Amino acid sequence: MQVQLRDPNIIMKLSRLGSFHQSKLSFLRSFLDEFKDWEYNNDLFDLDKNGYGTAVYSLKKKDRIYSLVCFANKIDDEERSDRVIATKWDAAFTLHDGIPTKNDIKRLKNEVPKQEVGRLSYKELTLSRANKSMRAFNHVVSCLSKGFQPDLNLLSKVGYLYRTTAVYGSGKFGLADRLRIKNREEINGPFRLEMMLVYLVRQFTFDQVNHVAKSKNPKIAVKLDSKICKNLGIGNSTGLGMAPFIVNHPTLLNNWILSREIALKKIREIKKVNLKEINIFKNCLKNSIRNITSWNTEDEYQKNRIYSLFNDVKKFLKFIETDFDFKIDYPFNEVYLWIEKQTCEECIEYIVSMMLEPFDDIVKPLVGKMSSDEDKYFTIPTNRTVEDLRSIVEKRYPDILKIDFEKKENSKNFWFISKNKEEPRYADRFKEGGSELEQPLAIARDIKKLYNQLLVSDNNLKIDKFLINNNDLRHVIRRAFIVEKFPYSEIQDNTIAENVIPIDMLRLKLSFFGALKFDPRSDKWLRICMFQGAPLPEDLKNFDQQWVYNS
Amino acid sequence: MRSLSEIDTTSKRASRAAGFSWGISEEIGKSIRQLELFGLPGVKTLNKYYALKPKEKFENLNLVKEKNISKKYPYCPIVLGVSFLDQIRNLENFEKITFNKISFPLLILPFLSKSSEVIGKKIKVSFNNFEFLLNLNVNISSNLLEKKLPEICENMEINIIENKDNFSDQEWKNLYKLSEETFVEENDSLKKGAAGAGLTDND
Repeated sequence: MQVQLRDPNIIMKLSRLGSFHQSKLSFLRSFLDEFKDWEYNNDLFDLDKNGYGTAVYSLKKKDRIYSLVCFANKIDDEERSDRVIATKWDAAFTLHDGIPTKNDIKRLKNEVPKQEVGRLSYKELTLSRANKSMRAFNHVVSCLSKGFQPDLNLLSKVGYLYRTTAVYGSGKFGLADRLRIKNREEINGPFRLEMMLVYLVRQFTFDQVNHVAKSKNPKIAVKLDSKICKNLGIGNSTGLGMAPFIVNHPTLLNNWILSREIALKKIREIKKVNLKEINIFKNCLKNSIRNITSWNTEDEYQKNRIYSLFNDVKKFLKFIETDFDFKIDYPFNEVYLWIEKQTCEECIEYIVSMMLEPFDDIVKPLVGKMSSDEDKYFTIPTNRTVEDLRSIVEKRYPDILKIDFEKKENSKNFWFISKNKEEPRYADRFKEGGSELEQPLAIARDIKKLYNQLLVSDNNLKIDKFLINNNDLRHVIRRAFIVEKFPYSEIQDNTIAENVIPIDMLRLKLSFFGALKFDPRSDKWLRICMFQGAPLPEDLKNFDQQWVYNS
Repeated sequence: MRSLSEIDTTSKRASRAAGFSWGISEEIGKSIRQLELFGLPGVKTLNKYYALKPKEKFENLNLVKEKNISKKYPYCPIVLGVSFLDQIRNLENFEKITFNKISFPLLILPFLSKSSEVIGKKIKVSFNNFEFLLNLNVNISSNLLEKKLPEICENMEINIIENKDNFSDQEWKNLYKLSEETFVEENDSLKKGAAGAGLTDND
């Protein structure tokens, strides 16, 4: 049986992309798989009694070493902010390529805590900073120093001791360009070094909290139980900075989504599944209920979505326990057709993610296909004709062509880069100034403009000639030729409409990172948790592959 | 040291601010990144050009022909470069393409380099005693070294080089003959037994 890939015109809608969940393809999970047989070390731990100082952690295999250099600093409570405008953080980190020398550490100590205004070198690969969850951190220190373990109820509400507020890579602030390291096998997957940084930071937070507790009361203090550590992740606060990324990297976006879609298609095409595969799927599903019930948010919109998800997952569980027989042919195709008909978007994508769990042989080969050499597809094929281009636009942007951009609600917002922080922002063009400096992220509007121009142009005109008078549309001409080859490269929605929810774009990207527990704090930023339930470094060599659901 | 990624992003944004469309600005970002990657002074030259752009006049060449003569002002290297890249499939039929006057000629090189990749042929560029060989966008060879490029070049000549060997038949034969010394002379037994396939493949 042949199953078709899902229609990009449905999957690439923002509401659907904003319903994506982590899966076996997520970058933090493929990072753990890749680095499971690397040697982990804590090479330096030079903190004072309050936990301030320098620490170095490394992962090593043969001649390759990656070192996380951590700087923990004292900041006042009023200086602690998750917003990108902050200038001080509880801790700052960089991932250094190799073993840092004393001179490197001295240099980094001066630059890394400054983050965006510091300068890194080609020897550094990623850069980040994080703030303590004071509520969780202080509680843990207080309990451990008195000789007992912390309140699990409080910890489960927070989920982490520290929250990162940005993780930078790929040449930002002088960091190494991807070009320098792209041929390394172990990083043949997107954001692998960013994931490594976050993972090692998580270990630093446990070591720091133990150290501070012990310094406070050396005779009585106990260490944080490793089971509790395992159930703590690293938080992250994310704002609009992430949103333009998925628009600006179309072939990369395609490869992420396409890998997931191919996996789903292949799983739906399996005629018979064995008992082990059925059990993995069912166990993930049952255990995942805990992930839903411990998913806390104050956001009404997300609360309703979690509520619907919870009900739909329960409904689905009942269906497969009482009305469904996995012995039928193509059982996962039937499962998919049922959830598509009976459940909400959030639940469809939640279960799709879980369908990937039993099938390593399908999923693992796809992990290596999630990167992209974007420059390869940058040049516009100018020997094509206006007719070719018009037909691509009609075929690939059917719903976008129906939008009337003359209506205010369809062109209400604009994306811009703020001068003070050089970060992407989103504002109402009819109320705020600055729309003349709009970023090229209103793809739907510009595609429609292109289409209108194509309609009044000679069909046989070659694109090189069409461009002579239409270079203002060059950016979308390029995109249209990209989407012809990469059907999942384009968001099939209007990103400047009045009703757009920007965090849908963030959530899409974060789901591929492997984030859990999306907690919107407004329509423009959210908090998440990463690596919650993941194995600790000493357990990396042999860990439960379904840790996300089984922790 | 600035990373190539920073150079790309900043050149793109600066180009938009200098009045180019976003699509062309994207091309410029990648071009300046390419120049810097090849060790050529892209950022420096773009800076000089943008400093001059508001004060001086430049001619936009949108349709590139075999002989291109600007009427009054030198050609803008970016519009020329982008047009050349867009129209390369038509231009590759010309043996020689000339331009009488181009400002900041370094800035058109990455577009020509990319054009070389598109048509799969090397492109030679010469002006004012400078020569550049653009090799399928893999590298740029030049006799530039420490010499400074002029801000305006006169009589630039572009040759699209047909794909042909860089060596004579005799040179190839000599090398091939030497390589044969790694081969084993086959006797009858080796002919029968050392190959993978059967002696007849009709069965």
